[in-house]
Amino acid sequence: MASRFPILCICLSPFSLSMFCVSVCQLMQRSCRQVTLLAAPSRYWSSIPVAPPSLQPRLLLFLSQRFHDIETILSWSSWFKNRGLRQKNLFAGQSEWFRSDRRGKFNWDFMNHRDTSIEEVDVSNTLINYTGLENLVKQRGLCTLSVSGCAEVDDWFLSRLHIFQDTLEELDISNCPRISVGGLAALQKLRGLRRLDVSSLPRLQNPGLVAILLEEMLPHCHVTAIGYDHSLIYSHTQTDG
Amino acid sequence: MILSLLGRSALRPNRNNNIFLNTDLENQFKAFREKAADAMPGSDWTPFEKNRSLPPERADIVIVGGGVVGWSIAYWLKQKEMIRDGVRVLVVERDPTYSQASTVLSAGGIRQQFSLPENIHLSMISADFMRNINEHLSVLNEDPVDLQFNHSGYLFLASEKVAHIMEENYRTQRYAGAKVSLLSTTQLKEKCPWINTDGVVLASYGLENEGWFDPWMLLNAFRRKAISMGVYQCFGEVTGFRYTTNTMTTAEGDTVDFRRIKYANVQMPNSLEYQPVECAIVVNAAGAFSGKVAEMMGIGLGLKDTIAGIPLPVEPRKRFIYVVHCPNGPGLDTPFLVDYSGVYFRREGLGGNYIAGMSPEEEEEPETNNLEVDHQFFQKIWPHLAHRVPAFECLKVTSAWAGFYDYNTFDQNGIVGMHPLVNNMFFATGFSGHGLQHSPAVGRAMAELILDGGFKTLDLSAFSFKRIMTKEPMLERNIV
Repeated sequence: MASRFPILCICLSPFSLSMFCVSVCQLMQRSCRQVTLLAAPSRYWSSIPVAPPSLQPRLLLFLSQRFHDIETILSWSSWFKNRGLRQKNLFAGQSEWFRSDRRGKFNWDFMNHRDTSIEEVDVSNTLINYTGLENLVKQRGLCTLSVSGCAEVDDWFLSRLHIFQDTLEELDISNCPRISVGGLAALQKLRGLRRLDVSSLPRLQNPGLVAILLEEMLPHCHVTAIGYDHSLIYSHTQTDG
Repeated sequence: MILSLLGRSALRPNRNNNIFLNTDLENQFKAFREKAADAMPGSDWTPFEKNRSLPPERADIVIVGGGVVGWSIAYWLKQKEMIRDGVRVLVVERDPTYSQASTVLSAGGIRQQFSLPENIHLSMISADFMRNINEHLSVLNEDPVDLQFNHSGYLFLASEKVAHIMEENYRTQRYAGAKVSLLSTTQLKEKCPWINTDGVVLASYGLENEGWFDPWMLLNAFRRKAISMGVYQCFGEVTGFRYTTNTMTTAEGDTVDFRRIKYANVQMPNSLEYQPVECAIVVNAAGAFSGKVAEMMGIGLGLKDTIAGIPLPVEPRKRFIYVVHCPNGPGLDTPFLVDYSGVYFRREGLGGNYIAGMSPEEEEEPETNNLEVDHQFFQKIWPHLAHRVPAFECLKVTSAWAGFYDYNTFDQNGIVGMHPLVNNMFFATGFSGHGLQHSPAVGRAMAELILDGGFKTLDLSAFSFKRIMTKEPMLERNIV
């Protein structure tokens, strides 16, 4: 049997896209045996004069449901994106660190002040995640951390914040779509926390209750939780007499 | 080659009146190709009518047991195979409702606070896996996996008698890389004002990678991903094996029987119909019922002093979990608290509910022929709970359930590896209450053992069957 990774042997230049599809279809014949569908995509491609550089998502979905190989390609692409994410994290973490507020000093000369600790870090709206915290681990004197709007910050990130448990005073985790109650429970270790912002966390089902529980858990901390709809929902039920 | 050329020529555009002739020819060629492939040995075609729910007639690896350990092994086997469809994996599960499976009845905790370094590493690797679970187990165009992981950590309390053990364990845990901290009584009181620190001299708290999650989500994530990678699932019971025996004589003149499994008989539920599945390797991941599966191979049924006479020391032990409601109990920061008396409890949800349990003494082990809950047992737990947390003096039991531990009576640690006398049966069982939290790492280790011939990333040779033969227990001191 020929190799099961036919895609690797095929050149993916856009000019040969139609040839690509035909040869891909040939090879998939052996794995999928759906001949009737082959004719349709190959005719589709040959009618387009210039192959589009990005495939339509719907067509991709259609194809991926029928051909295992395309499914593999798509999962590779998401795996590459994850890897890219990890690489970006290092840079994102570091570049924010360069620009952090160090008591008014412009820090192009941060290298000379390596031993002074950083007090405030603002990495809002970046791709920082759990591994990105590696860069911040050394900063024992961190007082303020803002990760508002970071799409990759999740509960594991919060559980790792225990490194700053003695010094962290202000934490802003608003608008992070991946945080849920389980991660907020991990904030109990931050005993020095004075201000916590948990506004607009989409995954919280009972934001009012969670805000109250957080205030109980961290008695000296002021919890801000805006951006939620706290109104009661009335539902009318019809009862049959 | 010729067939594919013929296929390609059929795709060239033709005049209208020739299209029908060409598609008909194409269909005939396709039918011919399919018949030729079916006639080759190794295909699934049989001339008789087949019951669709029967497993395939041939499989490379049969995993007995569809719990989280079984599906984790199936996933990792597919993950590690070098070519697509390199191994055909079949997971056989007796109960489609999972009503007695230990996985779904578990409290769902994960901790690194063990005394054996291997257990600590297993937990750390599993926690890493769960952190990146969507990288591993997400299926294209399906919802991402959400384990509902609560990162509240485990809090172990030690009395004076066992404080030195806790300190020793702390050193082992820190050396292995786990993030644990020791708390004195005053620090404990500061952290958890709702605790009564009477009798407690030392506490150990896990800072990271500890907490609890939803075991059903993890099981389904493994199952969904494994099925999407081509693992066969069959609901049926393995009732026996067909094996060949190879008798050899030792230097002293004793005979030893080496067995090799050829067929695993899978019986359909509520039916006498069974399918003998020809297999190369059988993995025993049947959890609490692994002892019975091992007996089918004659493990333990030999003469008293021989290796064949040593049974698999895994038996089911019933454990109860009670759901209690206490309006003034500890809040969001409640860790998974384990007292030195053996009582444990953790928070469940946000409404003042907690789940609590206790491991009974050896003499008081409940019967294991059913999963009925003994509500009288709670009367033994309550005094300890109320003593430790005064708010629990007024609580109400709202619900309870029971589940089995796959209890390793020898040393309460997992048994991972091959059997010395049955050449192609592997074990991944006997975890005595930690199977769920170690399942991702154990799955990977088993896949490495089967496909690569040895452990690559984590050496679990300490958990092999050998220690049972040489009667050298590896005791885990931090059992809950």
